[in-house]
Amino acid sequence: MTADMESYALLIAASMNAGTVLAIAALGLLINERAGIVNLGAEGMMLVAAIAGFATAVHTGSDVLGFLAGMVAGGLMAAAFGLLVIWLNTNQYAAGLALSLFGTGFSAFVGIGYTQEKLGPRPHFDLPFLADLPWVGGAFFRQHPIVYLAIALTAALAWFLYRSRPGLVLRAVGESPESAHALGYPVRRIRLAAVVAGGALCGLAGAYVSVIYTPLWVEGMIAGKGWIALALTTFATWRPARVLLGAYLFGFVTMLQFHLQGQGVQVASQFLSMLPYLATIVVLVLISSNASFIRANMPASLGKPFFPGS
Amino acid sequence: MFKLEARPQPSRLMSLASPLLALLMTVLLGIVLFVLLGKDPARGLQMFFWEPIKSAYALSELALKATPLVLIALGLAVCFRSNVWNIGAEGQFVVGALAGGWVAMQADAQSVRGLIVPLILLAGVAGGMAWAAVTALLRDRFNANEILVSLMLVYVADLLLGWLVYGPWKDPNGYNFPQSITFLAVTKIPRLFDGWRVNIGVLIALGAVGAFWVLLFRTYAGFALQVGGLAPAAARYAGFSSRRALWMALLLSGGMAGLAGALEAAGPLGQLTPYVPAGYGFAAIIVAFVGRLHPLGIIFSGVLMSMFYIGGELAQSRLGLPKSITGVFQGLLLFTLLACDTLILYRLRWKK
Repeated sequence: MTADMESYALLIAASMNAGTVLAIAALGLLINERAGIVNLGAEGMMLVAAIAGFATAVHTGSDVLGFLAGMVAGGLMAAAFGLLVIWLNTNQYAAGLALSLFGTGFSAFVGIGYTQEKLGPRPHFDLPFLADLPWVGGAFFRQHPIVYLAIALTAALAWFLYRSRPGLVLRAVGESPESAHALGYPVRRIRLAAVVAGGALCGLAGAYVSVIYTPLWVEGMIAGKGWIALALTTFATWRPARVLLGAYLFGFVTMLQFHLQGQGVQVASQFLSMLPYLATIVVLVLISSNASFIRANMPASLGKPFFPGS
Repeated sequence: MFKLEARPQPSRLMSLASPLLALLMTVLLGIVLFVLLGKDPARGLQMFFWEPIKSAYALSELALKATPLVLIALGLAVCFRSNVWNIGAEGQFVVGALAGGWVAMQADAQSVRGLIVPLILLAGVAGGMAWAAVTALLRDRFNANEILVSLMLVYVADLLLGWLVYGPWKDPNGYNFPQSITFLAVTKIPRLFDGWRVNIGVLIALGAVGAFWVLLFRTYAGFALQVGGLAPAAARYAGFSSRRALWMALLLSGGMAGLAGALEAAGPLGQLTPYVPAGYGFAAIIVAFVGRLHPLGIIFSGVLMSMFYIGGELAQSRLGLPKSITGVFQGLLLFTLLACDTLILYRLRWKK
């Protein structure tokens, strides 16, 4: 095996790892968007979850508790957002922005004492037998369990949305809340549940960033991943499997910069760092230019408030 | 349980009372936060609400910080009123600072202040406009979501600034620090008083308040913009072009953010560093909403947000609290404002 081949295996592994962060967050956002709610607070929830997860992992020494803390933090913030937009009929864009701005400030504020902290040695996970396979082992089978969890989550969510009754109800709430309400479904509670689930998954993604992906705490360390995850749901036309593929693609674009630098490409690092952001814009342009295609796939009531009995 | 009941028409009173109510709630939450942190809440509030206004010098600093916030928020108010969600003002601010900074770096011993300063400001406006035009173009031509595009461009602008100050624009005599040369004195935005940092930017901001008031409430174009935001169908019927509104809103707000960036670069900063982006572009979103998207309201909310900034810095130096407490209060203020705004359209009714 040549060193070149080996570096490609590492690039694939790193892309999957980076993509997992985006995938988990975007799957969460997909749930609440399928119920008709856009939460622009993803970035803020991920930041607060990142510091909550990191701090918990530092104090307890347990990564799993760190992930849970991140999920709770994300879920709580999403619940506050949900109360505002679902019960108080606040503009969803404005409330989501408020959540992101608050999360940015709040995480920086509570995280100030953790910038020097370090986590213990990071665990290594090798799948028995598979990890030892030449090339494929290094590319696919030495990942953190959360990477596989993201794949399982994608399958589970696809099954839930298209093959289960609660999933059908969730989609109905996002397509036509009036009809779902007329059928006797508690539209607002379902929407809140979807928003909290979305927040919890964004929280898991945020905690994964600070506990495993880059195990430390730096102010603003999510660096736009929440916003990219939001773009991903549109890019994936609200389909779980496409979210996962899109996330890996973005993971690849993110990792490409390090690969290119490793190959000695003579471009300033700042331009390589722009790649994920520029790729997001390019992808948005490509997918959105066909407006009727987007409209056909978008949950029909996305972003519109529902106020029963008004 | 309480129930919300739609009002027959929006309450004007609540529209004005809501920001005050939100401020009150933010202050109460702030007191809770100070107590939790074991700090004297009275001292904390003093940092935010008394220190920034206690002397003429303090007021001048307050005005200096409020200037970029007001300038950016004016542009954003036009955007939000026309339902264009430009949240990338931070990026437009940075590009404005880059463009203005570039002009300032071209100054030499022969430069005339009366010429170079207007050039710096014009370059800032042009830079901010150009950056916002990317968003407008992609939205107009390809229907790409302006929220995400304008936000992604913030990161791109920050990286562009980073490349310039670490690379081509780095001061060769700057001990390898990532910073441009210090701009010549001739490029400095003229100050209002000797020894104080406050400059003519304040006058420009006040003039802009008047200009935006006229634009929004006394011109046909401003009227068309707002109809498009409130009732797109009615605007289409009336023949108001939504594309025109999109371009106008984004170019105006981009230009204002760029102007603020140039004023900052050639004003208090005096050079380009990685610390040009100070979050003004994001804070201005809050300023615009708290100011009711009204030019006069924006003066008040801009000053309030400026107090938050100065209070945060004082809380750091005198109480040992992290400066980022400013961001916490900013976020809380917007969040509580949005909650209180419900009372404009609805009233609370007690129901069994």
